[in-house]
Amino acid sequence: MSWGRAMTIDGAMSIGDPLPATPSRRLPTEEALWLRWTLVTVAIAFLALFLFLPLAAVFHQALRKGWDAYVAALVDPDALSAIRLTLLVAAIAVPANLIFGVAAAWAIAKFDFRGKSVLVTLIDLPFSVSPVISGLVFVLLFGAQGWFGPELREHDIKIIFAVPGIALATIFVTFPFVARELIPLMQAQGTEEEEAAIVLGASGWQTFRRVTLPNIKWGLLYGAILCNARAMGEFGAVSVVSGHIRGETNTMPLYVEILYNEYQFQAAFAVASLLALLALVTLALKSFIEWRTGGGMDVLPPEEPQAELEFRRRVSP
Amino acid sequence: MNQRVLVRPSVLPGFGLSLGFTLAYLSLVVLVPLSAVFLKAATTSFDVFWATVTAPRVLASLRLTFGASFIAAVVNAVFGLLVAWVLVRYPFPGRKLVDALVDLPFALPTAVAGIALTAVYSSKGVLGGALEPYGIKVAFTPVGVVVALVFIGLPFVVRTVQPVLEDLEREFEEAAASLGANRWQTFRRVILPAVGPALFTGFALAFARAIGEYGSVIFIAGNIPLVSEIAPLIIITKLEQYDFAGATAVAVVMLVVSFALLLAINALQHWARTRGGRR
Repeated sequence: MSWGRAMTIDGAMSIGDPLPATPSRRLPTEEALWLRWTLVTVAIAFLALFLFLPLAAVFHQALRKGWDAYVAALVDPDALSAIRLTLLVAAIAVPANLIFGVAAAWAIAKFDFRGKSVLVTLIDLPFSVSPVISGLVFVLLFGAQGWFGPELREHDIKIIFAVPGIALATIFVTFPFVARELIPLMQAQGTEEEEAAIVLGASGWQTFRRVTLPNIKWGLLYGAILCNARAMGEFGAVSVVSGHIRGETNTMPLYVEILYNEYQFQAAFAVASLLALLALVTLALKSFIEWRTGGGMDVLPPEEPQAELEFRRRVSP
Repeated sequence: MNQRVLVRPSVLPGFGLSLGFTLAYLSLVVLVPLSAVFLKAATTSFDVFWATVTAPRVLASLRLTFGASFIAAVVNAVFGLLVAWVLVRYPFPGRKLVDALVDLPFALPTAVAGIALTAVYSSKGVLGGALEPYGIKVAFTPVGVVVALVFIGLPFVVRTVQPVLEDLEREFEEAAASLGANRWQTFRRVILPAVGPALFTGFALAFARAIGEYGSVIFIAGNIPLVSEIAPLIIITKLEQYDFAGATAVAVVMLVVSFALLLAINALQHWARTRGGRR
Protein backbone atom coordinates (compact mmCIF):
# COMPACT_ATOMS: atom_id res chain seq x y z
CA MET A 1 0.00 0.00 0.00
CA SER A 2 1.52 3.26 -1.02
CA TRP A 3 -0.74 5.38 1.07
CA GLY A 4 0.22 7.71 3.80
CA ARG A 5 -1.49 10.89 4.68
CA ALA A 6 1.69 12.70 5.42
CA MET A 7 3.29 11.62 2.20
CA THR A 8 0.89 12.61 -0.52
CA ILE A 9 0.78 15.49 -2.91
CA ASP A 10 -1.22 18.51 -1.88
CA GLY A 11 -2.03 16.50 1.21
CA ALA A 12 -4.01 17.84 4.00
CA MET A 13 -2.21 17.14 7.11
CA SER A 14 -2.67 18.00 10.60
CA ILE A 15 -1.46 19.28 13.77
CA GLY A 16 0.31 17.38 16.46
CA ASP A 17 -0.33 17.13 20.14
CA PRO A 18 1.66 19.48 22.27
CA LEU A 19 4.78 18.08 23.81
CA PRO A 20 4.85 17.75 27.55
CA ALA A 21 6.38 20.82 29.12
CA THR A 22 10.12 20.46 29.29
CA PRO A 23 11.83 20.89 32.61
CA SER A 24 13.67 24.12 33.13
CA ARG A 25 17.00 22.40 33.80
CA ARG A 26 18.82 21.89 30.53
CA LEU A 27 19.33 18.24 29.59
CA PRO A 28 22.14 17.02 27.37
CA THR A 29 19.51 16.31 24.71
CA GLU A 30 18.32 19.89 24.66
CA GLU A 31 19.67 23.03 23.11
CA ALA A 32 20.89 26.06 25.00
CA LEU A 33 18.18 28.61 25.73
CA TRP A 34 19.68 31.27 23.46
CA LEU A 35 19.78 28.81 20.59
CA ARG A 36 16.19 27.74 21.14
CA TRP A 37 14.95 31.30 21.05
CA THR A 38 17.08 32.10 18.03
CA LEU A 39 15.59 29.15 16.13
CA VAL A 40 12.05 30.06 17.19
CA THR A 41 12.63 33.67 16.11
CA VAL A 42 14.04 32.69 12.72
CA ALA A 43 11.15 30.27 12.10
CA ILE A 44 8.53 32.85 13.06
CA ALA A 45 10.24 35.52 10.98
CA PHE A 46 10.24 33.21 7.96
CA LEU A 47 6.55 32.39 8.42
CA ALA A 48 5.78 36.09 8.91
CA LEU A 49 7.48 37.07 5.65
CA PHE A 50 5.85 34.35 3.58
CA LEU A 51 2.52 33.62 5.27
CA PHE A 52 1.36 36.14 7.86
CA LEU A 53 2.23 39.38 6.08
CA PRO A 54 0.47 38.42 2.82
CA LEU A 55 -2.60 37.31 4.79
CA ALA A 56 -2.68 40.60 6.69
CA ALA A 57 -2.15 42.49 3.43
CA VAL A 58 -5.39 41.07 2.00
CA PHE A 59 -7.49 42.55 4.79
CA HIS A 60 -5.47 45.76 4.95
CA GLN A 61 -5.89 46.43 1.23
CA ALA A 62 -9.57 45.43 1.32
CA LEU A 63 -10.39 47.94 4.06
CA ARG A 64 -8.03 50.66 2.85
CA LYS A 65 -10.84 52.88 1.59
CA GLY A 66 -13.08 52.25 4.55
CA TRP A 67 -16.01 50.04 5.37
CA ASP A 68 -18.45 51.58 2.87
CA ALA A 69 -16.16 50.98 -0.10
CA TYR A 70 -15.60 47.46 1.17
CA VAL A 71 -19.32 46.68 1.30
CA ALA A 72 -19.91 48.43 -2.03
CA ALA A 73 -17.37 46.15 -3.72
CA LEU A 74 -19.14 43.08 -2.34
CA VAL A 75 -22.71 44.02 -3.26
CA ASP A 76 -21.79 44.90 -6.84
CA PRO A 77 -24.03 42.79 -9.12
CA ASP A 78 -21.00 41.17 -10.80
CA ALA A 79 -19.54 40.32 -7.39
CA LEU A 80 -22.82 38.82 -6.24
CA SER A 81 -23.14 36.71 -9.37
CA ALA A 82 -19.53 35.51 -8.90
CA ILE A 83 -20.34 34.54 -5.30
CA ARG A 84 -23.47 32.72 -6.46
CA LEU A 85 -21.58 30.80 -9.15
CA THR A 86 -18.82 29.82 -6.72
CA LEU A 87 -21.40 28.48 -4.26
CA LEU A 88 -23.21 26.62 -7.05
CA VAL A 89 -20.04 24.98 -8.34
CA ALA A 90 -19.02 23.92 -4.83
CA ALA A 91 -22.55 22.56 -4.28
CA ILE A 92 -22.05 20.33 -7.34
CA ALA A 93 -18.43 19.31 -6.88
CA VAL A 94 -18.38 18.55 -3.15
CA PRO A 95 -21.36 16.11 -3.05
CA ALA A 96 -20.14 14.40 -6.23
CA ASN A 97 -16.71 13.77 -4.75
CA LEU A 98 -18.21 12.85 -1.36
CA ILE A 99 -20.22 10.02 -2.94
CA PHE A 100 -17.21 8.92 -4.93
CA GLY A 101 -14.95 9.09 -1.87
CA VAL A 102 -17.25 6.88 0.19
CA ALA A 103 -17.65 4.34 -2.61
CA ALA A 104 -13.91 4.22 -3.32
CA ALA A 105 -13.03 3.92 0.36
CA TRP A 106 -15.60 1.15 0.88
CA ALA A 107 -14.19 -0.89 -2.00
CA ILE A 108 -10.54 -0.24 -1.16
CA ALA A 109 -10.62 -0.39 2.64
CA LYS A 110 -13.12 -3.17 3.23
CA PHE A 111 -12.10 -5.63 0.51
CA ASP A 112 -8.92 -7.22 -0.71
CA PHE A 113 -8.40 -7.35 -4.43
CA ARG A 114 -5.55 -7.22 -6.88
CA GLY A 115 -4.46 -3.95 -8.37
CA LYS A 116 -5.52 -2.02 -5.29
CA SER A 117 -2.35 0.05 -4.99
CA VAL A 118 -2.58 0.99 -8.67
CA LEU A 119 -6.14 2.18 -8.09
CA VAL A 120 -5.03 4.25 -5.10
CA THR A 121 -2.27 5.86 -7.17
CA LEU A 122 -4.73 6.64 -9.97
CA ILE A 123 -7.11 8.30 -7.52
CA ASP A 124 -4.23 10.58 -6.50
CA LEU A 125 -3.43 11.48 -10.10
CA PRO A 126 -5.31 14.81 -10.31
CA PHE A 127 -3.07 16.24 -7.57
CA SER A 128 0.00 15.83 -9.74
CA VAL A 129 -1.58 17.52 -12.75
CA SER A 130 -1.11 21.25 -13.14
CA PRO A 131 -4.43 23.11 -12.71
CA VAL A 132 -3.97 24.65 -16.15
CA ILE A 133 -3.70 21.19 -17.71
CA SER A 134 -6.76 20.07 -15.72
CA GLY A 135 -8.68 22.75 -17.57
CA LEU A 136 -7.00 22.04 -20.89
CA VAL A 137 -8.16 18.40 -20.93
CA PHE A 138 -11.79 19.50 -20.90
CA VAL A 139 -11.20 22.05 -23.64
CA LEU A 140 -9.69 19.27 -25.76
CA LEU A 141 -12.76 17.11 -25.09
CA PHE A 142 -15.64 19.57 -25.20
CA GLY A 143 -14.25 22.73 -26.79
CA ALA A 144 -15.43 23.97 -30.19
CA GLN A 145 -12.55 22.12 -31.85
CA GLY A 146 -12.52 19.27 -29.34
CA TRP A 147 -13.47 15.61 -29.71
CA PHE A 148 -17.14 16.12 -28.93
CA GLY A 149 -17.23 19.74 -30.10
CA PRO A 150 -19.26 19.19 -33.32
CA GLU A 151 -21.81 16.91 -31.61
CA LEU A 152 -22.29 19.35 -28.77
CA ARG A 153 -22.78 22.23 -31.19
CA GLU A 154 -25.35 20.23 -33.11
CA HIS A 155 -27.41 19.74 -29.98
CA ASP A 156 -26.73 23.28 -28.83
CA ILE A 157 -25.08 22.16 -25.60
CA LYS A 158 -22.44 24.44 -24.13
CA ILE A 159 -19.90 22.94 -21.74
CA ILE A 160 -16.79 25.03 -22.27
CA PHE A 161 -17.22 28.74 -21.45
CA ALA A 162 -20.28 27.71 -19.44
CA VAL A 163 -21.16 26.40 -15.99
CA PRO A 164 -20.91 22.63 -16.79
CA GLY A 165 -17.26 23.05 -17.82
CA ILE A 166 -16.47 24.97 -14.65
CA ALA A 167 -18.14 22.27 -12.57
CA LEU A 168 -16.28 19.49 -14.42
CA ALA A 169 -12.88 21.16 -14.02
CA THR A 170 -13.60 21.74 -10.32
CA ILE A 171 -14.62 18.11 -9.81
CA PHE A 172 -11.37 17.06 -11.49
CA VAL A 173 -9.07 19.15 -9.28
CA THR A 174 -10.90 18.23 -6.05
CA PHE A 175 -11.30 14.58 -7.02
CA PRO A 176 -8.96 12.91 -4.47
CA PHE A 177 -9.74 14.96 -1.32
CA VAL A 178 -12.50 12.88 0.31
CA ALA A 179 -11.23 9.48 -0.87
CA ARG A 180 -7.76 10.10 0.50
CA GLU A 181 -9.12 11.06 3.93
CA LEU A 182 -11.44 8.07 4.12
CA ILE A 183 -9.27 5.25 2.75
CA PRO A 184 -6.59 5.24 5.49
CA LEU A 185 -9.22 5.91 8.16
CA MET A 186 -11.46 3.01 7.08
CA GLN A 187 -8.47 0.75 6.62
CA ALA A 188 -7.35 1.43 10.16
CA GLN A 189 -10.83 0.61 11.42
CA GLY A 190 -10.85 -2.79 9.77
CA THR A 191 -13.92 -4.82 8.85
CA GLU A 192 -14.83 -6.59 12.09
CA GLU A 193 -17.66 -4.28 13.16
CA GLU A 194 -19.33 -4.44 9.75
CA GLU A 195 -18.91 -8.21 9.60
CA ALA A 196 -20.57 -8.55 13.00
CA ALA A 197 -23.51 -6.42 11.85
CA ILE A 198 -23.97 -8.49 8.69
CA VAL A 199 -23.72 -11.77 10.60
CA LEU A 200 -26.35 -10.46 13.03
CA GLY A 201 -28.71 -9.94 10.10
CA ALA A 202 -28.38 -6.27 9.21
CA SER A 203 -28.72 -5.36 5.56
CA GLY A 204 -25.81 -3.79 3.70
CA TRP A 205 -27.38 -0.33 3.81
CA GLN A 206 -28.22 -0.64 7.52
CA THR A 207 -24.65 -1.72 8.23
CA PHE A 208 -23.27 1.26 6.36
CA ARG A 209 -25.63 3.75 7.98
CA ARG A 210 -25.50 2.46 11.55
CA VAL A 211 -21.96 1.09 11.82
CA THR A 212 -19.68 2.59 9.19
CA LEU A 213 -21.07 6.12 8.91
CA PRO A 214 -20.79 6.94 12.65
CA ASN A 215 -17.21 5.70 12.56
CA ILE A 216 -16.17 7.83 9.61
CA LYS A 217 -18.26 10.96 10.15
CA TRP A 218 -15.34 13.16 11.24
CA GLY A 219 -13.15 11.93 8.43
CA LEU A 220 -15.99 12.57 6.00
CA LEU A 221 -16.44 16.12 7.30
CA TYR A 222 -12.69 16.71 7.21
CA GLY A 223 -12.48 15.64 3.58
CA ALA A 224 -15.56 17.66 2.66
CA ILE A 225 -14.13 20.84 4.21
CA LEU A 226 -10.83 20.54 2.36
CA CYS A 227 -12.63 19.63 -0.86
CA ASN A 228 -14.90 22.66 -0.45
CA ALA A 229 -12.01 25.06 0.18
CA ARG A 230 -10.30 23.96 -3.00
CA ALA A 231 -13.55 23.92 -5.00
CA MET A 232 -14.35 27.51 -4.05
CA GLY A 233 -10.79 28.70 -4.52
CA GLU A 234 -9.75 26.89 -7.70
CA PHE A 235 -8.28 29.32 -10.20
CA GLY A 236 -6.08 27.81 -12.91
CA ALA A 237 -8.37 25.01 -14.14
CA VAL A 238 -11.50 27.16 -13.98
CA SER A 239 -9.72 30.03 -15.70
CA VAL A 240 -9.08 27.86 -18.76
CA VAL A 241 -12.67 26.63 -19.19
CA SER A 242 -14.60 29.70 -18.03
CA GLY A 243 -14.17 32.22 -20.83
CA HIS A 244 -14.41 35.00 -18.21
CA ILE A 245 -17.89 36.14 -19.16
CA ARG A 246 -18.74 38.82 -16.64
CA GLY A 247 -21.81 38.07 -14.56
CA GLU A 248 -22.10 34.63 -16.14
CA THR A 249 -19.03 32.42 -15.92
CA ASN A 250 -16.90 34.27 -13.39
CA THR A 251 -16.26 32.52 -10.12
CA MET A 252 -14.92 34.55 -7.20
CA PRO A 253 -11.21 33.85 -7.88
CA LEU A 254 -11.68 34.77 -11.56
CA TYR A 255 -13.54 37.93 -10.61
CA VAL A 256 -10.65 38.86 -8.29
CA GLU A 257 -8.28 38.53 -11.22
CA ILE A 258 -10.43 40.69 -13.50
CA LEU A 259 -10.77 43.45 -10.92
CA TYR A 260 -7.04 43.31 -10.22
CA ASN A 261 -6.13 43.55 -13.90
CA GLU A 262 -8.48 46.55 -14.20
CA TYR A 263 -6.52 48.22 -11.39
CA GLN A 264 -9.56 48.13 -9.10
CA PHE A 265 -7.26 46.91 -6.34
CA GLN A 266 -9.45 47.71 -3.37
CA ALA A 267 -12.44 45.88 -4.89
CA ALA A 268 -10.23 42.94 -5.87
CA PHE A 269 -8.94 42.64 -2.32
CA ALA A 270 -12.45 43.02 -0.91
CA VAL A 271 -13.63 39.94 -2.84
CA ALA A 272 -10.33 38.22 -2.04
CA SER A 273 -10.89 38.89 1.67
CA LEU A 274 -14.04 36.75 1.52
CA LEU A 275 -11.95 33.90 0.13
CA ALA A 276 -9.29 34.51 2.78
CA LEU A 277 -12.01 34.33 5.44
CA LEU A 278 -13.14 31.03 3.92
CA ALA A 279 -9.56 29.78 4.23
CA LEU A 280 -9.39 30.84 7.89
CA VAL A 281 -12.73 29.18 8.66
CA THR A 282 -11.48 26.05 6.89
CA LEU A 283 -8.33 25.99 9.03
CA ALA A 284 -10.36 26.57 12.20
CA LEU A 285 -12.79 23.74 11.39
CA LYS A 286 -9.86 21.51 10.49
CA SER A 287 -8.18 22.21 13.84
CA PHE A 288 -11.51 21.66 15.59
CA ILE A 289 -11.95 18.23 14.00
CA GLU A 290 -8.40 17.29 14.87
CA TRP A 291 -9.02 18.36 18.46
CA ARG A 292 -12.40 16.63 18.57
CA THR A 293 -10.95 13.35 17.34
CA GLY A 294 -8.12 13.70 19.83
CA GLY A 295 -5.58 14.18 17.10
CA GLY A 296 -7.05 11.06 15.58
CA MET A 297 -6.93 12.57 12.12
CA ASP A 298 -3.26 13.09 12.70
CA VAL A 299 -2.39 9.49 13.39
CA LEU A 300 -1.23 7.66 10.34
CA PRO A 301 -2.78 4.25 9.96
CA PRO A 302 -0.52 1.25 10.31
CA GLU A 303 1.33 0.80 7.06
CA GLU A 304 -0.31 -2.49 6.20
CA PRO A 305 -3.49 -2.54 8.23
CA GLN A 306 -4.99 -5.42 6.29
CA ALA A 307 -1.91 -7.54 6.71
CA GLU A 308 -1.68 -6.67 10.37
CA LEU A 309 -5.30 -7.57 11.06
CA GLU A 310 -4.89 -10.76 9.14
CA PHE A 311 -1.79 -11.56 11.14
CA ARG A 312 -3.57 -10.93 14.44
CA ARG A 313 -6.49 -13.07 13.32
CA ARG A 314 -4.20 -15.97 12.60
CA VAL A 315 -2.09 -15.61 15.71
CA SER A 316 -5.01 -15.39 18.13
CA PRO A 317 -7.90 -17.39 16.69
CA MET B 1 -2.50 -10.87 -0.05
CA ASN B 2 -2.94 -14.14 -1.79
CA GLN B 3 -1.69 -13.52 -5.31
CA ARG B 4 -3.80 -16.23 -6.89
CA VAL B 5 -7.22 -14.87 -6.02
CA LEU B 6 -8.47 -11.74 -7.72
CA VAL B 7 -10.78 -10.80 -4.87
CA ARG B 8 -10.65 -12.28 -1.40
CA PRO B 9 -14.15 -13.48 -0.40
CA SER B 10 -15.86 -11.39 2.26
CA VAL B 11 -19.24 -11.43 3.99
CA LEU B 12 -19.57 -7.68 3.43
CA PRO B 13 -21.86 -6.63 0.59
CA GLY B 14 -21.44 -3.91 -1.98
CA PHE B 15 -18.03 -4.75 -3.42
CA GLY B 16 -19.21 -4.91 -7.02
CA LEU B 17 -21.29 -1.77 -6.71
CA SER B 18 -18.69 0.36 -4.94
CA LEU B 19 -15.75 -0.77 -7.08
CA GLY B 20 -17.80 -0.50 -10.25
CA PHE B 21 -18.90 3.02 -9.40
CA THR B 22 -15.34 3.98 -8.40
CA LEU B 23 -13.86 2.71 -11.65
CA ALA B 24 -16.58 4.30 -13.79
CA TYR B 25 -16.32 7.68 -12.06
CA LEU B 26 -12.51 7.58 -12.10
CA SER B 27 -12.50 6.76 -15.80
CA LEU B 28 -15.04 9.42 -16.77
CA VAL B 29 -13.68 12.26 -14.66
CA VAL B 30 -9.93 11.59 -14.71
CA LEU B 31 -8.63 8.89 -17.02
CA VAL B 32 -10.53 9.63 -20.23
CA PRO B 33 -9.96 13.41 -20.05
CA LEU B 34 -6.26 12.93 -19.29
CA SER B 35 -5.81 10.50 -22.13
CA ALA B 36 -7.28 13.18 -24.42
CA VAL B 37 -4.06 15.17 -23.96
CA PHE B 38 -1.88 12.27 -25.05
CA LEU B 39 -4.15 11.35 -27.96
CA LYS B 40 -4.17 14.96 -29.12
CA ALA B 41 -0.38 15.03 -28.89
CA ALA B 42 -0.21 11.78 -30.88
CA THR B 43 -2.08 13.41 -33.75
CA THR B 44 0.52 16.17 -34.06
CA SER B 45 3.61 15.30 -36.07
CA PHE B 46 6.82 14.93 -34.12
CA ASP B 47 8.48 17.81 -35.98
CA VAL B 48 5.72 20.20 -34.95
CA PHE B 49 5.87 18.88 -31.40
CA TRP B 50 9.63 19.31 -31.25
CA ALA B 51 9.57 22.77 -32.85
CA THR B 52 6.96 23.89 -30.29
CA VAL B 53 8.78 22.54 -27.28
CA THR B 54 12.18 23.88 -28.30
CA ALA B 55 10.99 27.37 -29.27
CA PRO B 56 13.07 29.89 -27.27
CA ARG B 57 10.10 31.28 -25.38
CA VAL B 58 8.86 27.80 -24.40
CA LEU B 59 12.33 26.63 -23.41
CA ALA B 60 12.84 29.73 -21.29
CA SER B 61 9.51 29.14 -19.55
CA LEU B 62 10.32 25.48 -18.87
CA ARG B 63 13.73 26.47 -17.52
CA LEU B 64 12.12 29.05 -15.24
CA THR B 65 9.38 26.68 -14.08
CA PHE B 66 11.76 23.87 -13.18
CA GLY B 67 14.56 26.12 -11.91
CA ALA B 68 12.36 28.29 -9.71
CA SER B 69 10.51 25.22 -8.44
CA PHE B 70 13.81 23.61 -7.49
CA ILE B 71 15.12 26.67 -5.67
CA ALA B 72 11.79 27.11 -3.87
CA ALA B 73 11.80 23.44 -2.83
CA VAL B 74 15.35 23.79 -1.45
CA VAL B 75 14.35 26.91 0.53
CA ASN B 76 11.31 25.01 1.81
CA ALA B 77 13.38 21.97 2.77
CA VAL B 78 15.66 24.14 4.93
CA PHE B 79 13.04 26.38 6.52
CA GLY B 80 10.36 23.67 6.58
CA LEU B 81 12.66 21.49 8.66
CA LEU B 82 13.36 24.44 10.95
CA VAL B 83 9.64 25.25 11.35
CA ALA B 84 8.78 21.58 11.98
CA TRP B 85 11.59 21.32 14.53
CA VAL B 86 10.52 24.45 16.38
CA LEU B 87 6.86 23.35 16.39
CA VAL B 88 7.68 19.88 17.72
CA ARG B 89 10.45 20.65 20.20
CA TYR B 90 10.00 24.16 21.59
CA PRO B 91 6.83 25.16 23.39
CA PHE B 92 6.39 28.90 22.83
CA PRO B 93 3.37 31.14 23.27
CA GLY B 94 1.02 30.97 20.29
CA ARG B 95 2.53 27.76 19.00
CA LYS B 96 -0.82 26.10 18.32
CA LEU B 97 -1.99 29.09 16.28
CA VAL B 98 1.23 29.12 14.29
CA ASP B 99 0.91 25.37 13.78
CA ALA B 100 -2.62 25.76 12.39
CA LEU B 101 -1.59 28.67 10.14
CA VAL B 102 1.18 26.62 8.50
CA ASP B 103 -1.61 25.00 6.46
CA LEU B 104 -2.71 28.40 5.12
CA PRO B 105 -1.24 27.79 1.62
CA PHE B 106 -3.42 24.65 1.37
CA ALA B 107 -6.57 26.59 2.24
CA LEU B 108 -5.98 30.02 0.68
CA PRO B 109 -7.09 30.23 -2.97
CA THR B 110 -4.02 30.65 -5.15
CA ALA B 111 -5.31 33.83 -6.81
CA VAL B 112 -5.67 35.46 -3.40
CA ALA B 113 -2.17 34.34 -2.45
CA GLY B 114 -0.92 35.79 -5.73
CA ILE B 115 -2.33 39.28 -5.30
CA ALA B 116 -1.44 39.30 -1.58
CA LEU B 117 2.19 38.40 -2.24
CA THR B 118 2.33 41.04 -4.97
CA ALA B 119 0.94 43.64 -2.59
CA VAL B 120 3.65 42.81 -0.03
CA TYR B 121 6.62 42.37 -2.38
CA SER B 122 5.99 45.02 -5.07
CA SER B 123 7.95 48.26 -4.80
CA LYS B 124 4.89 49.89 -3.20
CA GLY B 125 4.55 47.08 -0.66
CA VAL B 126 5.94 46.76 2.85
CA LEU B 127 8.77 44.36 2.02
CA GLY B 128 9.27 45.28 -1.61
CA GLY B 129 9.68 48.93 -0.63
CA ALA B 130 12.15 48.01 2.10
CA LEU B 131 14.25 45.85 -0.23
CA GLU B 132 14.34 48.26 -3.18
CA PRO B 133 16.99 50.63 -1.79
CA TYR B 134 19.32 47.64 -1.66
CA GLY B 135 18.74 46.97 -5.35
CA ILE B 136 16.67 43.85 -4.72
CA LYS B 137 13.57 43.63 -6.86
CA VAL B 138 11.21 40.78 -6.03
CA ALA B 139 7.88 41.35 -7.77
CA PHE B 140 7.85 41.10 -11.57
CA THR B 141 11.18 39.22 -11.63
CA PRO B 142 12.08 35.51 -11.39
CA VAL B 143 12.71 36.11 -7.66
CA GLY B 144 9.01 36.81 -7.33
CA VAL B 145 8.24 33.45 -8.93
CA VAL B 146 10.42 31.77 -6.30
CA VAL B 147 8.70 33.68 -3.49
CA ALA B 148 5.25 32.51 -4.66
CA LEU B 149 6.46 28.92 -4.98
CA VAL B 150 7.99 29.01 -1.48
CA PHE B 151 4.59 30.09 -0.18
CA ILE B 152 2.81 27.28 -2.01
CA GLY B 153 5.26 24.52 -1.05
CA LEU B 154 6.00 25.22 2.60
CA PRO B 155 3.31 23.04 4.24
CA PHE B 156 4.39 19.98 2.26
CA VAL B 157 7.79 19.90 3.95
CA VAL B 158 6.54 20.87 7.41
CA ARG B 159 3.72 18.32 7.40
CA THR B 160 5.85 15.42 6.15
CA VAL B 161 8.72 16.09 8.57
CA GLN B 162 6.64 16.98 11.63
CA PRO B 163 5.17 13.50 12.37
CA VAL B 164 8.58 11.88 11.97
CA LEU B 165 10.15 14.33 14.41
CA GLU B 166 7.30 13.67 16.85
CA ASP B 167 7.91 9.92 16.68
CA LEU B 168 11.66 10.18 17.02
CA GLU B 169 12.86 8.17 20.00
CA ARG B 170 14.62 10.44 22.47
CA GLU B 171 16.69 7.42 23.56
CA PHE B 172 18.87 7.70 20.48
CA GLU B 173 19.70 11.30 21.28
CA GLU B 174 20.35 10.38 24.90
CA ALA B 175 22.65 7.58 23.78
CA ALA B 176 24.50 9.98 21.49
CA ALA B 177 24.85 12.51 24.31
CA SER B 178 26.07 9.89 26.76
CA LEU B 179 28.68 8.83 24.23
CA GLY B 180 29.99 12.37 24.22
CA ALA B 181 28.34 13.86 21.14
CA ASN B 182 27.42 17.52 21.31
CA ARG B 183 24.03 18.70 20.10
CA TRP B 184 25.23 19.64 16.63
CA GLN B 185 26.87 16.23 16.15
CA THR B 186 23.71 14.51 17.42
CA PHE B 187 21.62 16.55 15.03
CA ARG B 188 23.84 15.80 12.06
CA ARG B 189 24.57 12.16 12.75
CA VAL B 190 21.41 10.94 14.53
CA ILE B 191 18.42 13.21 13.88
CA LEU B 192 19.06 14.23 10.28
CA PRO B 193 19.51 10.65 8.99
CA ALA B 194 16.26 9.63 10.70
CA VAL B 195 14.37 12.61 9.25
CA GLY B 196 16.14 12.40 5.89
CA PRO B 197 13.66 10.29 3.91
CA ALA B 198 10.68 12.36 5.10
CA LEU B 199 12.55 15.58 4.36
CA PHE B 200 13.38 14.37 0.89
CA THR B 201 9.76 13.33 0.31
CA GLY B 202 8.59 16.76 1.46
CA PHE B 203 11.09 18.35 -0.89
CA ALA B 204 9.81 16.25 -3.80
CA LEU B 205 6.18 17.05 -2.98
CA ALA B 206 6.90 20.78 -2.79
CA PHE B 207 8.83 20.57 -6.07
CA ALA B 208 6.03 18.66 -7.81
CA ARG B 209 3.39 21.10 -6.63
CA ALA B 210 5.49 24.12 -7.64
CA ILE B 211 5.93 22.89 -11.22
CA GLY B 212 2.21 23.00 -11.94
CA GLU B 213 1.44 26.12 -9.92
CA TYR B 214 -0.28 28.93 -11.79
CA GLY B 215 -2.57 31.18 -9.75
CA SER B 216 -0.17 32.42 -7.10
CA VAL B 217 2.66 32.97 -9.60
CA ILE B 218 1.14 34.93 -12.48
CA PHE B 219 0.37 38.05 -10.43
CA ILE B 220 3.81 38.43 -8.88
CA ALA B 221 5.78 37.20 -11.90
CA GLY B 222 5.01 40.06 -14.26
CA ASN B 223 5.00 37.47 -17.06
CA ILE B 224 7.74 39.02 -19.17
CA PRO B 225 8.48 36.67 -22.11
CA LEU B 226 11.87 34.94 -21.83
CA VAL B 227 12.33 36.35 -18.32
CA SER B 228 9.48 35.66 -15.93
CA GLU B 229 6.95 33.64 -17.93
CA ILE B 230 6.13 30.20 -16.46
CA ALA B 231 5.23 27.11 -18.51
CA PRO B 232 1.55 26.89 -17.40
CA LEU B 233 1.10 30.47 -18.64
CA ILE B 234 2.52 29.44 -22.03
CA ILE B 235 -0.24 26.82 -22.23
CA ILE B 236 -2.88 29.46 -21.51
CA THR B 237 -1.36 31.88 -24.05
CA LYS B 238 -1.35 29.20 -26.73
CA LEU B 239 -4.96 28.28 -25.92
CA GLU B 240 -6.01 31.91 -26.25
CA GLN B 241 -4.42 31.91 -29.72
CA TYR B 242 -6.34 28.70 -30.56
CA ASP B 243 -3.01 26.87 -30.90
CA PHE B 244 -4.34 23.64 -29.37
CA ALA B 245 -1.51 21.49 -30.71
CA GLY B 246 1.08 23.82 -29.20
CA ALA B 247 -0.70 23.98 -25.84
CA THR B 248 -0.96 20.19 -25.80
CA ALA B 249 2.73 19.75 -26.60
CA VAL B 250 3.81 21.88 -23.63
CA ALA B 251 1.22 20.11 -21.46
CA VAL B 252 2.60 16.69 -22.41
CA VAL B 253 6.13 17.70 -21.39
CA MET B 254 4.85 18.91 -18.02
CA LEU B 255 2.63 15.85 -17.50
CA VAL B 256 5.46 13.43 -18.21
CA VAL B 257 7.68 15.19 -15.67
CA SER B 258 4.84 15.29 -13.12
CA PHE B 259 4.05 11.59 -13.51
CA ALA B 260 7.74 10.69 -13.25
CA LEU B 261 7.86 12.72 -10.03
CA LEU B 262 4.74 10.97 -8.73
CA LEU B 263 6.40 7.58 -9.27
CA ALA B 264 9.61 8.85 -7.66
CA ILE B 265 7.63 10.08 -4.66
CA ASN B 266 5.91 6.70 -4.31
CA ALA B 267 9.32 5.01 -4.41
CA LEU B 268 10.60 7.52 -1.84
CA GLN B 269 7.75 6.73 0.51
CA HIS B 270 8.51 3.06 0.17
CA TRP B 271 12.15 3.76 0.92
CA ALA B 272 11.24 5.94 3.91
CA ARG B 273 9.08 3.15 5.32
CA THR B 274 11.45 0.27 4.78
CA ARG B 275 14.30 2.36 6.13
CA GLY B 276 12.33 2.79 9.32
CA GLY B 277 11.83 6.53 9.36
CA ARG B 278 8.43 5.55 10.72
CA ARG B 279 7.69 2.29 12.34
